[in-house]
Amino acid sequence: MRLTVNGKPLDIEADPEMPLLWALRDIAGIMGPKFGCGIAACGACTVHVDGVPVRSCSLPLGQVSGEVLTIDGLAVDGKLHPVQQAWLEEQVAQCGYCQAGQIMSAVALLDEVDDPTDDEIDQAMGGNLCRCGTYPRIRAAVKKAAQIKLARA
Amino acid sequence: MASLGKIARRTFLIGAAAIAGGVAVGYYYYRKPYPNPLEGELAEGETTFNPYVKIGSDNTITVIAPRAEMGQGVSTTLAAFVAEELDVRLDQVKVEFGPASYAYFNAKMLEEGSGFNFWDDSYAAETARSMMLGAGKMLGLQGTGGSTSTTDGFDRMRQAGAAARLMLVEAAAKKLGVPAAELTTENATIVHKASNKSVTYGEVALDASKLSPPSEVVLKDKAQWKLLGKPQMRVDMLDKVTGAPIYGIDVRLPDMLYATVRMSPVFGAKPVRSDTSAAEKMPGVVKIVPIESSYGSGFGVIANNTWAAFKAAEVIDVEWGKPAYPADSEAIMKVIADAAVSGEATIERDDGDVDAAFADAPADKVIEADYTAPYLSHTPMEPMNCTAQLKDGEMHVWAPNQMPVLVRWFCADIAGIPIDKTHVHTTFMGGAFGRRGELDYAIYAAKLAKETDGRPVKVTFTREEDTQHDCYRTAAAGHFRARIGDDGLPIAVDLRVAAQNMSASLTSRWFPSLPAGGPDPSMTDGSRNQPYTIPNYRVASAPAPLPDIPVSFWRSVGNSMNGFFHEGFMDEIAHLGKVDPVEMRRKLMADFPAALAVVNKVAEMSSWGEKLPTGKAKGFAFTLSFGSWVGQVIQVAETPSGVKLEKMWIAVDVGTAIDPGIIETQMTGGAVYGLSAAMGQEITFKDGMVEQSNFHDFDAMRIWQAPQFEVAILENFHRMGGVGEVGVPPAAPALANAIFALNGKRIRSLPLSREVKFA
Repeated sequence: MRLTVNGKPLDIEADPEMPLLWALRDIAGIMGPKFGCGIAACGACTVHVDGVPVRSCSLPLGQVSGEVLTIDGLAVDGKLHPVQQAWLEEQVAQCGYCQAGQIMSAVALLDEVDDPTDDEIDQAMGGNLCRCGTYPRIRAAVKKAAQIKLARA
Repeated sequence: MASLGKIARRTFLIGAAAIAGGVAVGYYYYRKPYPNPLEGELAEGETTFNPYVKIGSDNTITVIAPRAEMGQGVSTTLAAFVAEELDVRLDQVKVEFGPASYAYFNAKMLEEGSGFNFWDDSYAAETARSMMLGAGKMLGLQGTGGSTSTTDGFDRMRQAGAAARLMLVEAAAKKLGVPAAELTTENATIVHKASNKSVTYGEVALDASKLSPPSEVVLKDKAQWKLLGKPQMRVDMLDKVTGAPIYGIDVRLPDMLYATVRMSPVFGAKPVRSDTSAAEKMPGVVKIVPIESSYGSGFGVIANNTWAAFKAAEVIDVEWGKPAYPADSEAIMKVIADAAVSGEATIERDDGDVDAAFADAPADKVIEADYTAPYLSHTPMEPMNCTAQLKDGEMHVWAPNQMPVLVRWFCADIAGIPIDKTHVHTTFMGGAFGRRGELDYAIYAAKLAKETDGRPVKVTFTREEDTQHDCYRTAAAGHFRARIGDDGLPIAVDLRVAAQNMSASLTSRWFPSLPAGGPDPSMTDGSRNQPYTIPNYRVASAPAPLPDIPVSFWRSVGNSMNGFFHEGFMDEIAHLGKVDPVEMRRKLMADFPAALAVVNKVAEMSSWGEKLPTGKAKGFAFTLSFGSWVGQVIQVAETPSGVKLEKMWIAVDVGTAIDPGIIETQMTGGAVYGLSAAMGQEITFKDGMVEQSNFHDFDAMRIWQAPQFEVAILENFHRMGGVGEVGVPPAAPALANAIFALNGKRIRSLPLSREVKFA
């Protein structure tokens, strides 16, 4: 079947029941989304489908009905997305494994809300688990990303 | 297995406790204990000075950070050691982890196993530490653990940078025809100011590497440091914000197969009946093979993709054997609690005469308490995985692992090939917390690589397999009593701690032919070695006889439960003695200025003693572990949706702070890890099997639960401590003590969620 991933057409031959995550990783070699739980409980596999954050580990390939964006396609022409830039400046990541998903959730949040409050950040990011405990810096980085986005607009 | 057996005996004698906790050594040149492993793998135009530095003719500088990066920032800090003395910027160096090699052995990891208190500078303590160091050298123990990477690398990696710099300067002096003393170095360039001539490191690297290394080097004073002592931009950050494929699970090779395992959920049991025919017929399945190992029995499923392997593994029809241990948590915990009360114990600390102190104690001055802590899973975000390829008599293993030398031994042994034909590539790790000091994932990958006719195979655990086949933090129980004096301070404390023997458990997996070994001092780490002066003070460890349940090193190891036990009980003592808990510590820690300064700092930061509004309260705890002194205060609030964690203040004395930014993140991250466990985590058993399976029933703190943090870093103590684990131990008792202050409920069993609802 044909998908659009990170702006490019992608033909994937796989069982339509295969979760999008595994089709991206094992078949297409798009390694940004990570496997953490397989039950949509940790958010490490978060990608956007038509701008909406979804857990790709639990979305069957056959039900993908829009353009897929993964962290691999977030930077444009080598320029980091404001959220990535903020993550870099705030030095958020420790092990980094959950951060692809964290960043995709934060991008979706800032697409909806220009200047999120602590509560809005907590709500939007609540599905993304981080075992290293980077939450204080995630909060700071989401706020910084909002500023960078505003400055670039 | 002859070599393994020999090494096993040494490991066994030393006590395997050292592994998780943490050791590596000395200056490479001054004895050249091992060949430089970089010699054999240089790129075109590249030359090497020692096991830590490679320089290319194009001025590419590569630094080897031979410890595993699991998030703790070690690749940045170790690279900074070399860069500082080499006089290059951190963004000028490329950081690699290096091959598995004896050259990178960790000496500090065994030092912690010497059994002496961290503050003990006596001749006996120093002798024991240096013997451990010698043992580490013999073992070539290249490991990451015990919060030792920084303390271990501090001297030898700076020396490696300084030695390379001297050789480069000497070569430049010859090339430029000027005295070496007139040359200065900066940003990988050597400058002769008088003549305005300069050369880059790359231009003289080849000549320099042929010179004999200097017999001694002088390291910079702390005041001259440009990189160390200041927060650095992490060398791995850009990769981590762009989703780069840097983890073990991201390994992708031509013609690769994908696999998973389904191992017996009953520890030590084998399949009594199995039928793999339906699973073999599943789409995408290539092969199903039985696996027998010291980690367990079960099946490996090889397929064309990971999802196909997962689906087929579920379909294997198998009946497992019965457990040789009590089948449910209640019975297991009874074994541990009984050991705490009456099991044969080893006395690990014995100040004064505890029995005499209790003999005439009035009943109203004696307090008794029983504590418990559950089994815990590590659950790093990246599930266990490993990729292996066995082709033409050579094996490559790509493993997110903490023990590359052991991975190499085991994989070579499984493949039946020489060690020097076995190559271990240590990848970045999506968390580890001690879990990746185990070897199961590598053993399974090596076994499956024998079945794929030379094709590489990547084994990935499902989260369920990972959660139910961990080597757990041991459950533990404490049976405690104390006698309070007229001034409210403790006169006598008698602590008996029972848990599974972690060293014995590890020996059974790594060297099953060996006997289980002696007492495990890590069982009382965090209780026996705390900086309190109490006239009669006894701490004993009693092993709980549960040899089949695999237990291992979980971030901060024995400190993780003893921190809770010791500091919860100290809070009880303070309450009974009607002494403020912080004031009590000030009195009992008066002999330990570093501890006292930490207590005072965290009290000041948190405005300890200030009256709080109704419905809010603070709790305090302190643990010295891995050489760092940590005090934490947490403030909690009663809210309509439950108890909310509002803010935590942390003061830590690390002796010398190499990277304050990374130290801060380790303190807050360690606290989150400890609080996650304290609030709601437990591994329980039914029918001999772990009941939890994924994040829905073994969750961790979420962002909305995370308190605000404030961290202060002190440098009072004269020796450097570790940072990766030390934020964990005081977190649980600080929270439990805050809850007592909030509502008067003294909780002596973790997790606290059994009795408290958290917001």
